[in-house]
Amino acid sequence: MSQTITQKILAKHAGKKSVEPGELIECKVDLVLGNDITTPPAIKQFEKIGVAKVFDKKKIYLVPDHFTPAKDIKSAEQVKMMREFAKKYGIVNFFEIGCMGIEHVLLPEMGAIKPGELIIGADSHTCTYGALGAFSTGVGSTDMAAAMATGRVWFKVPEQLKFNFRGKLPKWVEAKDLILYTIGQIGVDGARYMSMEFTGPVINKLSIEGRLTMANMAIEAGGKNGIFAPDEKTAKYFKSRISNFEYLISSPNSQYKATYDWDISKIEPQVAFPHLPSNTKPVSKCGSVKINQSVIGSCTNGRIEDMRIAAKVLKGKKVHKDLRCIILPGTQAISIQMIKEGLTETFIKAGAVVSTPTCGPCLGGHMGILAEGERSIATTNRNFVGRMGHPKSEVYLSNVAVAAASAIAGRIVSPKAL
Amino acid sequence: MKGKAWTFGNNIDTDLIIPARYLNTSDPAELALHAMEDADPKWVSKKAEGDFIVAGENFGCGSSREHAPIALKAAGVSAVIAKSFARIFYRNAINIGLPIFESAEAVDSIKAGNEIEVDLANGEIKNLTSGQSHRAQPFPAFMQELIKAGGLIPFLKQKKHKK
Repeated sequence: MSQTITQKILAKHAGKKSVEPGELIECKVDLVLGNDITTPPAIKQFEKIGVAKVFDKKKIYLVPDHFTPAKDIKSAEQVKMMREFAKKYGIVNFFEIGCMGIEHVLLPEMGAIKPGELIIGADSHTCTYGALGAFSTGVGSTDMAAAMATGRVWFKVPEQLKFNFRGKLPKWVEAKDLILYTIGQIGVDGARYMSMEFTGPVINKLSIEGRLTMANMAIEAGGKNGIFAPDEKTAKYFKSRISNFEYLISSPNSQYKATYDWDISKIEPQVAFPHLPSNTKPVSKCGSVKINQSVIGSCTNGRIEDMRIAAKVLKGKKVHKDLRCIILPGTQAISIQMIKEGLTETFIKAGAVVSTPTCGPCLGGHMGILAEGERSIATTNRNFVGRMGHPKSEVYLSNVAVAAASAIAGRIVSPKAL
Repeated sequence: MKGKAWTFGNNIDTDLIIPARYLNTSDPAELALHAMEDADPKWVSKKAEGDFIVAGENFGCGSSREHAPIALKAAGVSAVIAKSFARIFYRNAINIGLPIFESAEAVDSIKAGNEIEVDLANGEIKNLTSGQSHRAQPFPAFMQELIKAGGLIPFLKQKKHKK
């Protein structure tokens, strides 16, 4: 049977030769992830199961990144509960403030994810790790609890969609634009329950950072997972992190429910207007949208490559006087690298603030909440009603260069317009 | 189960069901106070125990927060009837024992405020106001077992007990 990379990984973890879309299977998991919002309910469920230990002390990753450093007493209580649970069950990978980072930036960076693995996380953006050739998907707290107890999870094998990108990436167009464009084309449920496989000459040239950005937003099209075949770029990325992994790739005659084929040579940076990530427009068609805030960072765009793009645009410039610009690096290692390269200084001199790693304002937690009627451009992943604060505030999603350029202009613009 | 229908549109995301500003707790009673707040701030004070949420496509899209079905269940919602569900919400609802039903036909015919009766066992959705009856998409056998057990945790406990 010709199987896609997703089918091959699922089959391997279900102990089968092949799997077919629609089939219900039980899989062994290689890694279980939770954060400070989703882990507390998982702990409550875990304790109801009545097992004496977790399935594997080294394969559970607990990352308090959403409301941390704790924004209020209740958030502090949630992290305390995680910390005590990790101690009680001997869970090795609990990340205290100081070594913590945004979960989906931290785990790939530290080499926790390998190609061919099966990963679940109680966070919808767990689909990020598909960039590294792993099957990775978001689940809820009860699934996380069950997996912590049994090391297993049930799945319905998804149907497969293929996205082929041809042409040459225009200037200032980033991986973020490819995924926003995709969501704009197929809609927020265009890949509901399905696997999204990204291929083509543009993808082959894309950095691992760019692939992480794209896979991250597969959920925004309703996808179960987003995935990229491991290649030389993947091998190079892993060289300093881990050795030995299996290259699983889709067989040539694999079946896809649909294949999308796009020449992206002429696309512009994309901006998703409120209140859906699919509500995209090319940046030149945005009109004059005044903004109060620009947020650069998150699990979508908080990697060193993103920080370099932001610094390139902001260097020697000033953030607009009526606007706040908030920079959120994904991990401590990225923060150090930014200091070494002078990026932090560039940001501070431009009048931006640089935060410690946190999900912060992306989900309306802290570190840049919007008041009624305010607008933010953001390199984050969701622009739902009330996502960054007041239910009557607005979020516009964009790539890093556009968010940085807009911070200078005080309205949504392309870096070309500066 | 019997109650009144509250209708909502397509793509009701988990931020609308329970905004992240209330996620510094996982206490069901506290979450219930803010259920559907950003979709309809007054819904919590208007709904009654046993009422239904009736919505369009892709209900529960967005975040993996299990707090969303927990908030609805604790708010007294009998079941959610939608044209389709986002996959994480679908799993979470079944896992925690919030009944959900997929029926585009039912959603198209049910009007806000209609009296609804649903047979949990066979998925029959009766509109007592209009007299119409609809049948929801049946669940696969494995999921029926999960639902019958009352969710994933009781299901695992039963399995452990049988061993």
